[in-house]
Amino acid sequence: MDLFDIFVSASFWAAVLRIASPLIFATMGELICERAGVLNLGIEGIMVAGAFAGWIAVWAGLPLWGGVAVAMLTGMGLGLVHSVLSVPFGLSQHVVGVGMTLLATSLTFYTYRVVLPEVSSPPKIEAFQPLDIPGLSQIPFLGEALFSQTALTYAGFVVVALVAWVLYRTPLGLAVRAAGESPAAVAAQGLSVTGIRMGAVIVGSGLMAVGGAFLTLSAFDSFFFEMVNGRGWICIALVVFGAWKPGKALLGALLFAAFDAFQIRLQQTPMGQVVPYQVFLMMPYVLSILALVVMSRRAEVPKALMVPFNKGER
Amino acid sequence: MTMRLEPIEAPGLARRAGLPALAIAGTFVIGALLAMIAGGNPFSVFGLILKGAFGSKFAVLETLNRATPLIFTGLAVAVAFRAKLWNIGAEAQLYAGAVMTAVLGTGALAWPSWALLPMVGLAAMLAGALVLLVPAILKVRLGVDEVVTTLLFNFIFLLFVGYLLEGPLKDPMGMGWPKSARLIPEARLPRIIEGLRLHWGFALGLIAAVTVWVIERRTTLGYEMRAVGQNVDAARFAGIPVTAVILKTALISGGLAALAGFSEVAGMKGALTKDISPGFGYTGIVVAMLALLNPLGVVLAALFVAAIFVGADSMSRAAGVPTYLADIMLASALLLMVLAILLTKFRVRRD
Amino acid sequence: MTTQDQGAGQVVLRLSHITKRFGPVTANEDVSFDLHRGEVIALLGENGAGKTTLMNILFGQYTADEGEVELFGAPLPPGNPRAALDRGVGMVHQHFTLADNLRVWENVVLGVDALSAPALNARAAKAKLRELSARFHLHVDPDAKVGRLTVGERQRVEILKALYRDARILILDEPTAVLTPQETDALFATLREAIGLGMSVVFISHKLHEVMAIADRVLVLRHGKLVAERAVGDTNREELAALMVGAEVSAPEPSEGAAGAALLSLRAVRLAGEGTTPGLKGIDLDLRAGQITGLAGVSGNGQAALSDLISGLRAPDEGVLEIAGEALRTWSPRAAVGHGIARIPEDRHKTGTIADFDLTENAILERYKSEFSRGGWMDWRGARAFAEGLIKGYDVRCHGPEQRIRLLSGGNMQKLILGRVLEGAPKVILANQPVRGLDIGAVNYVHSQLLEARARGAAVLLISEDLDEIMRLSDVIHVISEGRLSPAFARGTMRPEELGQWMAGKGYDDAA
Repeated sequence: MDLFDIFVSASFWAAVLRIASPLIFATMGELICERAGVLNLGIEGIMVAGAFAGWIAVWAGLPLWGGVAVAMLTGMGLGLVHSVLSVPFGLSQHVVGVGMTLLATSLTFYTYRVVLPEVSSPPKIEAFQPLDIPGLSQIPFLGEALFSQTALTYAGFVVVALVAWVLYRTPLGLAVRAAGESPAAVAAQGLSVTGIRMGAVIVGSGLMAVGGAFLTLSAFDSFFFEMVNGRGWICIALVVFGAWKPGKALLGALLFAAFDAFQIRLQQTPMGQVVPYQVFLMMPYVLSILALVVMSRRAEVPKALMVPFNKGER
Repeated sequence: MTMRLEPIEAPGLARRAGLPALAIAGTFVIGALLAMIAGGNPFSVFGLILKGAFGSKFAVLETLNRATPLIFTGLAVAVAFRAKLWNIGAEAQLYAGAVMTAVLGTGALAWPSWALLPMVGLAAMLAGALVLLVPAILKVRLGVDEVVTTLLFNFIFLLFVGYLLEGPLKDPMGMGWPKSARLIPEARLPRIIEGLRLHWGFALGLIAAVTVWVIERRTTLGYEMRAVGQNVDAARFAGIPVTAVILKTALISGGLAALAGFSEVAGMKGALTKDISPGFGYTGIVVAMLALLNPLGVVLAALFVAAIFVGADSMSRAAGVPTYLADIMLASALLLMVLAILLTKFRVRRD
Repeated sequence: MTTQDQGAGQVVLRLSHITKRFGPVTANEDVSFDLHRGEVIALLGENGAGKTTLMNILFGQYTADEGEVELFGAPLPPGNPRAALDRGVGMVHQHFTLADNLRVWENVVLGVDALSAPALNARAAKAKLRELSARFHLHVDPDAKVGRLTVGERQRVEILKALYRDARILILDEPTAVLTPQETDALFATLREAIGLGMSVVFISHKLHEVMAIADRVLVLRHGKLVAERAVGDTNREELAALMVGAEVSAPEPSEGAAGAALLSLRAVRLAGEGTTPGLKGIDLDLRAGQITGLAGVSGNGQAALSDLISGLRAPDEGVLEIAGEALRTWSPRAAVGHGIARIPEDRHKTGTIADFDLTENAILERYKSEFSRGGWMDWRGARAFAEGLIKGYDVRCHGPEQRIRLLSGGNMQKLILGRVLEGAPKVILANQPVRGLDIGAVNYVHSQLLEARARGAAVLLISEDLDEIMRLSDVIHVISEGRLSPAFARGTMRPEELGQWMAGKGYDDAA
C-alpha cells in the first residue's frame, strides 16, 4: 500500500469518522465545562466509566440507546461530584480533576470485577451497526466513506450543532459563556454562577461519558481496561486547538482522527517495516502537544477559566 | 440562597485535626460500603487489609518496599505543586530514571559500587529532570498548560520504553520477553540489613524527604518556590526570578521522581521491564495531597498508601473483594482530604 | 435641573431598620430611609461605612438580620438576587460587571430573558439598544467587544443595561471615580434626563462636590449607622466631610518644596501596548528630588505601562531610562529595588502581598536575597527582627510577625508595604493608587509618609485616578492619555476642567 492509496480508499475516510466520534462527544463535553470556567480533568475517568456503564447496561439487557442513556447518566453523576467540589467549594480544578479520574477509573474496574468475577475475557454485546441511509449510502466511494457509519456517529455531529446553537443563540448559552468570562457579570444579573457552572460540568460530563460509550457500543463490542488510553487528555488538547469554539474543535477532532487513521495505515506500508511501531503510536500524543504549542498564543482563553467564584473571598 | 466561604481567623485544633481525621474516616466508610456490595464483611475486609499490610515481618517489609517509590514520586509532586507547577508526569520521569539506571547499570560502566551507584543515581535524576524540563519550558515560554503536556508525556515515554525494551535495551538472553539485561551486582542497591528484604532505596527516600524539607523551609530557593506558588504576580513584582524558580523546581521534581525508577530497578527488580510502575507516578499525587504537600508528611502518607495497596492485595486473595478497592479508597481520600483542608481554613455561610 | 418636589413624590424605595452583622462585625445598624420618585439621594460614607453591604442587601446577595426593604409599596422578598432587578432597580457597580470577550449587546441582554427561553433575538436587542443610546446620549456600538471599549464607554454600557431593563431606580456606586471631569458632566446630564422622566437615583460617592452637584438629599453613613440626613441646600462640604469621619478632618497639608535634580528620567520612551491598553508613545518625564509629581488621567491610558516600567517589570522598547543622569542597560524589578526605587503597587492583594505568607515573609519579599540570605540559606532570625521593626515603625496593627497577612485590614496591609519599601530611605518612590480603598485615617497616614519622604529629598511619582488627591499633593502634574504625556504643570496653574481637557486627549502634540 503506498501513501496515495491511503487517501483514496473509502475505508480510510470511514475510519476517520469512526475514530473521531468518541473524541467529538468528549471534546464537546469538555468545551462546555471550560466555556463555563471549569477545567474538567475528570474527563479520562469519566470516559472509562461511560464506556463501561453503557456496555454493561446493554449486556444486562437494555437496548443500545438505553446503554447510551445509562452512560450519560453515569457521566452526569460523576460530573455532579466534580462540580460540587470544584464550583461551590472552589477546590483546585487540577486536583479535583485528577482525583475524579482516579475515582471513576477505579470504581469502574471494581464494579467490573464485582459484576463479572469469573470471566477471563469480557463478554461481547450486539453493538450499533452501520446505518443504511437510502440513497446516500449507495453513492460510490462517498457512500462508503461518509455514509456507512453508526447512528451514534451521526449523533455526534448533531451534538456539535446543538452545542454551537445553544452557546451562541440562546440566553442559556450566553449565560454559560459569561460565567466563563466574567462571573461577576452573571452574578450582578441575579443569576447563579454556581448553578450555571455546575450545570455545565454535569451536562459536559454526560457527553464525555457518551464519548466513552461510543467505544464499547459502536467502535467495539466489548469493554477492556486500557480502552480509553489517554483519549480524554487528547480531547483537552482539542478544546485548546479549537479555540473553545465548537466548529473549530470538531475540525480539530477530524484532523486528529485523520492523522490517527493515517498512522495506522502507515504501519502497513514499507515505512512501517523500518520505523518501530511505537513511533506511530506516539504520534497522536505528540500531535496533541504540538497543537497546544501552536495554539497557545492565539486563542482567546475564557478569562475566568480555573478561577473559582466566591463572593465571600477577595 | 447562596453559599459563601468565609475565612476563619484562627482555626481551633478541633477543626485543624478533626476534619482531616473525618476525611480519613469517610474514606473507610466508602471502602466498607463497597466491600459490602462485593459481598465482603467490612470489618473482616479491613482486618485483612491491616493484617496484609502489617501482620507479619514479611508484610511489613513488603509495605516499606512498596512505600519507597511512592515517597519519591510523592516528594516530586509535593515539590512541584508547592510552586504551582502541576506535574502530573511523575510516571514518565520515573521511567526516565529507570531507563538511565538500566543503560548505565548493565555493564556500560564497570566501576566499583561506591562510585557506580551515586553516578547512576545522579544520571537517573538528570534524565528525569530533563523529561520535566520540556513541559516546564513550554509553560514559562509559551504558556502551554503543563497538566496536559505532562500527562501526554506519560503515554509517549511509556511507548518509548516499550520500544527500547524490544530494541536497543532488549536482553539477548531474555527468551523474547521485553525486558532489559540484569544489572551488574555493583549497580544494585544493597539491603539495609543483611537478610531482610529491604534495600537502601527506602533509606534514600527518607534522606530525600528530609532534604526537601530543609530546602523548602531553610533555603532561599525554598522561599522563592513557595512565593511563586502562592502568588506569582506578587513574586514577580518583588523581583523573584519566577522563570528560573519554576525551572529549578521542575529539575528538582523530575529528579525526585526519577529516583523512584532508580530505586525500583537498582533496588527491587534488578532489571527494567515495562511494568516496573503500576502507576506510582499517579499515586504520588494522592500521596502528596494527603501529606498536604509537606515533605515529611509524604513519608507517612506513602506508608499509609502502600499499606492500603499491600493490604488490599492480600485481602483480595482471601476475601474475594477486588483489589481495586484500594484505588477507590485512595481517590476518595484525596478528594475528601482537599475538601477537609479547605474547611479548616474557611467556614461555609449561607446568606 | 433636579426635581424639587421630594416631599410630594411617591416613595419608590423604602429601607426600614436594616441591620446586618458578619460575626462580631456590624456592617449595617438600624438603617432607614426613603427614596422618592424623581429624586437623587447621595449615600455618603468612608470605605467600610456599610454602603456596599446595604446595596448587597437590596440586591438579595445578603439577607438582612433585621428590617425590611419595600419597593414601590410592596415588600421585597429577602435573599433573592433577581427580585430587585425584576422590579426595576438597576445598579452600576464601581467595578464594572462586564465580560470583556462578549459583545456590548450580549452583555446588555445577559439575564434579561429566562435561561429556559429558546432563543436570543439579537436583532431586536440591538435595535432597542440603539434607540436607548440615541435617547440618552450614550453612544456605543452594540457589536463592539467590551474589552475594546474605553472606561467611559464601559460605564455607558452599564447604564444601558439598567435602562434596557426599564429600571426606574438607578444605583450608581462611585460612578465618577474613573471618569474625566467632562465625562462626569456628561454622565450627570444623562442622569438629569432620566430623572426628568421619573427615574430615581441613589448616588454612592465620597466626592463631596459631586454629591453637592447632583443630589437632592444626602445621607451620611458611618460605621454602618445612618448618622445624618441633609437636604443639599441646608449643608456644605465642610459639614458633610466632618459628618462622614465623625470629627474635623485634618488632612496633611503640603508646604512648598524646593525641587532638586532629576533622580529618574525617561527620554522618548516607547512601550508597546498590551491587549486593549495603550503602552507609552515616546514620553519624557523627570522625577525630581524633593518633589511630588502627580500623574492624572483616566485609568487604562498608559498608567499601567508607566508603572510597570518604573517598577522594573518591563524595559523600554525604545528610548532611555536614566537614574541620576545615568542611562540603564539591564532593567528588572530587582534592579529597580537595587537602584533605590520604592514601589507601592496598585493592587495590594494581587501584587503587593502574598496572602498566605506571614508578615515576616511578606516584609522581606524585596530584600530576602540581598539582606536575609547567606550562601543560599535564609536568615529567618534577622528577617523576623526586620519585620518587627516595620510593625513598630509603621504602626501595623497585628498579632505579630507570624500572622498571615490575609487577615490584616487594607490599611494595615498598606502600612506594611509602605514600611517594606520606605525602609532604607529610597531616592525614588512610585506610588500607584496608594490610598485606593483605604479609610480616611489610613489615607492621611499614607499621604503624610509621602510628604515626609519628599521633605527628605525623595522624588515621588503619585499615580491616581482621583484628581482631587493629585491636585492637593503634587508639586507638578502630568496628565496621561492614550500613552501620551502632557507637559508638566506647576502646582496651582491648572483648573480641574483644564486638566480634564488633557485627560480627554485634547492638546497633545500628536507628532509623538
